[in-house]
Amino acid sequence: MRPSGAFLTGAAILAAAAVISALQVTRVALDPTVYRLMVLAGVNVTLAVSLNMVNGFTGQFSLGHAAFMGIGVYTTVFLVDRWGPAVYAAIPGPAGFRQVAVLLLLAVVGGAVAAAGGLLVGLPSLRLRGDYLAIVTLGFGEILRVFIQNVEVLGASRGYNITHTEVTPPTDALFFWVAALALAAVMVSRNLMMSGPGRAFLAVREDEIAAEAVGVNAYRAKVLAFVISAAFAGMAGVLSVTYNTYADPSIQSIGFLKSIEVVLMVVLGGLGSVSGAVMCAGIITVLPELLRSIDQYRMVVYSLMLILLMLGRPQGIFGTRELSWDRLRRRKAASTPRQ
Amino acid sequence: MPVNGRVGALCGVLLLALAGCNKQAGRGGNAATATGDIVVGEYASLSGTKADFGITTTNGVALAADKINAAGGLLGRKIVLKKEDDQGDASQVGTVVTRFVTGDRVDCVIGEVASKLSKRAAPICQKAKTPMITPSSTNPEVTRIGDYIFRACFTDPFQGGVLARFALTTLHAKRAAVLRDVSNDYSVGLADFFVREFKRQGGVITVDKSCSEGDDNFRPQLTAIAASKPDVILAPVYYREIALIARQAKETGVKAPLLGGDGWDSPNVLELAGGALDGCYMSNHYSEAQGGPIIQKFVADYQAKFHTKPNALAALGYDAMNMYAEAVKRAGSADKAKVRDELAATRGFKGVTGTITMDADRNAVKDAVILQAKGGRFVYVATVKPVGGAEPAGK
Amino acid sequence: MTDLAKHIVDGAMFGSLYALIALGYTMVYGVLRLINFAHGDVFMVGAYSGLFAAGWLGVDSAPAPWKTAAILIYAMVVCMLLGLVIERVAYRPLRNAPRLTALITAIGVSLLLENGGQLLWSATPRSFPDLIPAGPARPFIVMGCALAMAVGLELFVKRTRTGRAMRAVSQDKDAASLMGIPVDRIISVTFAIGSALAAAAAVLYSSVNPSVNPTMGLLLGLKAFVAAVIGGIGSLPGALMGGLILGLSEELISAYGASSYRDAIAFTLLIVILVFRPSGLLGRGVAEKV
Repeated sequence: MRPSGAFLTGAAILAAAAVISALQVTRVALDPTVYRLMVLAGVNVTLAVSLNMVNGFTGQFSLGHAAFMGIGVYTTVFLVDRWGPAVYAAIPGPAGFRQVAVLLLLAVVGGAVAAAGGLLVGLPSLRLRGDYLAIVTLGFGEILRVFIQNVEVLGASRGYNITHTEVTPPTDALFFWVAALALAAVMVSRNLMMSGPGRAFLAVREDEIAAEAVGVNAYRAKVLAFVISAAFAGMAGVLSVTYNTYADPSIQSIGFLKSIEVVLMVVLGGLGSVSGAVMCAGIITVLPELLRSIDQYRMVVYSLMLILLMLGRPQGIFGTRELSWDRLRRRKAASTPRQ
Repeated sequence: MPVNGRVGALCGVLLLALAGCNKQAGRGGNAATATGDIVVGEYASLSGTKADFGITTTNGVALAADKINAAGGLLGRKIVLKKEDDQGDASQVGTVVTRFVTGDRVDCVIGEVASKLSKRAAPICQKAKTPMITPSSTNPEVTRIGDYIFRACFTDPFQGGVLARFALTTLHAKRAAVLRDVSNDYSVGLADFFVREFKRQGGVITVDKSCSEGDDNFRPQLTAIAASKPDVILAPVYYREIALIARQAKETGVKAPLLGGDGWDSPNVLELAGGALDGCYMSNHYSEAQGGPIIQKFVADYQAKFHTKPNALAALGYDAMNMYAEAVKRAGSADKAKVRDELAATRGFKGVTGTITMDADRNAVKDAVILQAKGGRFVYVATVKPVGGAEPAGK
Repeated sequence: MTDLAKHIVDGAMFGSLYALIALGYTMVYGVLRLINFAHGDVFMVGAYSGLFAAGWLGVDSAPAPWKTAAILIYAMVVCMLLGLVIERVAYRPLRNAPRLTALITAIGVSLLLENGGQLLWSATPRSFPDLIPAGPARPFIVMGCALAMAVGLELFVKRTRTGRAMRAVSQDKDAASLMGIPVDRIISVTFAIGSALAAAAAVLYSSVNPSVNPTMGLLLGLKAFVAAVIGGIGSLPGALMGGLILGLSEELISAYGASSYRDAIAFTLLIVILVFRPSGLLGRGVAEKV
């Protein structure tokens, strides 16, 4: 049986990520600035793809996605210096293996706490629609931020520098994990689209009342969407702070402005399109570097882009379509003359 | 629909045009080599609520670098300053400084003023084994991060003690209220050190209130402070906040004078406060009134170049750059490890802000000055020398 | 004046300013069902307009009342025009688009104004002149102005033809247009009035907190929207009530609790209200037709 196109693509990506990380760890090849961009892009891809599950598939409008990443970030901040060394010592095996184990544990815990946050945010969705839900998600995000700013052990508003960086893999090896997470998010998204719960999401997006009428539990679908997307965002946060070794509860790193940036990625790519979210996460990550010579105009350009996009092509680059091998094969078949 | 298509095309053209814009900029071409220019990366707040800090400091650094270059360069090599705006934001500091040490591979990093930002940059410079000199971050934790991190100024245990002793002995204050900015390490640290020394010498802290950088309204805290009837109020915040606090203190009927640290130092602070700061005191790194040929020459050169008088932060930027230059000369090369060793061995360096000698923690042991705001300017009141030649150990 | 009384007066003052901004939100939401994210930034432009006007008039502190009035009027006119332009260019083409699209456009306009402001006027905060001299009378002067404008608006909406048209459009846009009401023009008027009120709030606010910067509208705007929702979106008295509640809560928390929690108050109140009384305190519940 021929392995499916999607499987091959995924395997290829993971293999490439492993090679890059190996090269990086042995200090060969990659320009550090390029590497940093790749890690950043990977994190943004995970954020965009997970937000797409809520905004794109389920049609809800979440403006607080960065807060879930923030939960992952601060769960790590709380755990890594406090219990990291103890856990690291307790695991048997060579140093590299132990570091990976600690990282995976942090990711699981961070993702779980973030998922709990997603549950909390999804609960009001029973009574709230559209704009109101948007403002509530935004509100949750800001409340979380203010809370963190008041907790001393998390660094409060002054920020937190991670000291025990030896218990997690070195930053040069992190790209592999970032890519793996991004890939997992994409796979889950695609499989979700074909599955029962995923169909429920789409049904809720198209017409919630009609969906209820045919037996779809809309409330459960919405909450599930929030929980899954929050879990991924939380894990992305864990990886992000492990890379940066610094956490900062500001509006642009885990607050409203970051949430808007992720919304921009999803909307630009097309609400509901996973490939769109992936591509635009990459574009938006790289754009500041390309535009560095005119950095002060960058945000003005973003906002103009957003407005023009909504006025001219609100469905984004891909609309709800996806990039896939099947489509390319079909197009090729259609253009070759029949024998 | 034709309209949609056109707008979409406009979007695409905009994007492409902008992406193309950067082709001429060139990147990483300034990576330092053993014989080429000496590249110094400067990260500073050139915009945002702390913009005055960055602008004055980079002026001082530029003045020093220009003078060295005009005199034939450093070991015959030209100093190239790579200045980047971090917008007063810690995340931006991370991005900018990482680019300095890994992308541009600079020989040295100079920055920042706010301790919170220096604390963010220090681990990055330490990991890349690139010397970092902060001209004016006073929080002791900054240099504790690693042996490649240096500072050209005194630290807050000293500054806090200076303010506490000034309040007790010169102002005869027995009761002090505190208004600290919890979003900045500098403010929290300075407040803690002041409180420790003030209480140790028999003073009473009436209330300890908090605020954040960027706040607009301090009246609730000031009302509570006024009610506690202090003799003096310690407000170790930055200049934008103290301007607002001073105005609102007058409105709230607060009579006690405000006391602050070098964070107040901006050319515009008295104007921003609109006279409300008159009669208040601040500790700082230097005052033109201290006199002497080095200070006079510096002030004259600065005025000729920038058409305005320098402040302490400009003077510290100037000293930091010269401190680095001296270390390079002694090391005979810009090799980062050798320069680091020479920086640590700096003894009796005659800077504008005083004679700088690096102690074991790579901090400068120097005098502080007390200034008072009077009639639109800061007037020199006194110089305070470090007790016993070294400041008290940190916490 | 005792401390508590002082806090209450100050809280009410800020509450009345929140209310002025909230009125703009609530009116626009009423006619367009759109959360105009850019409203807070129109407020910011009002503050800068006032700043520049004060500069041209050479005002520094406690100026003659006619100068203050001139500054106020100038700011209101500038923002009125800005509101009209935004509505015409960014929102009108999306009148029939899904709500999400319009919401995202509103966010885009908001970001554009903020970053454009940073580009034009630099992000460094500037000092606003002391238009209303500090003193025990000040909170009452501010509250008086705000109240006067709110009452004026209420009278306008209840007693004039245009006001009646506005109410009609907010009840049912299509039916209103069938009745011969020029819907586009009414919506423009709504934007104009809302923006003017925001400008007035900006000049008053900046006189009390004399530091203006291009991102000052972001958080303030959000909180004002929260105030509108608390009071019941679409209801003018609701906006007033919501504003007052928010202003008082924030002041009391800052004074007697930890001031660092102040920004969380607005959103906490919002969530509580939306969970227990989604239509707001003075709003009417709207049944959803299937």
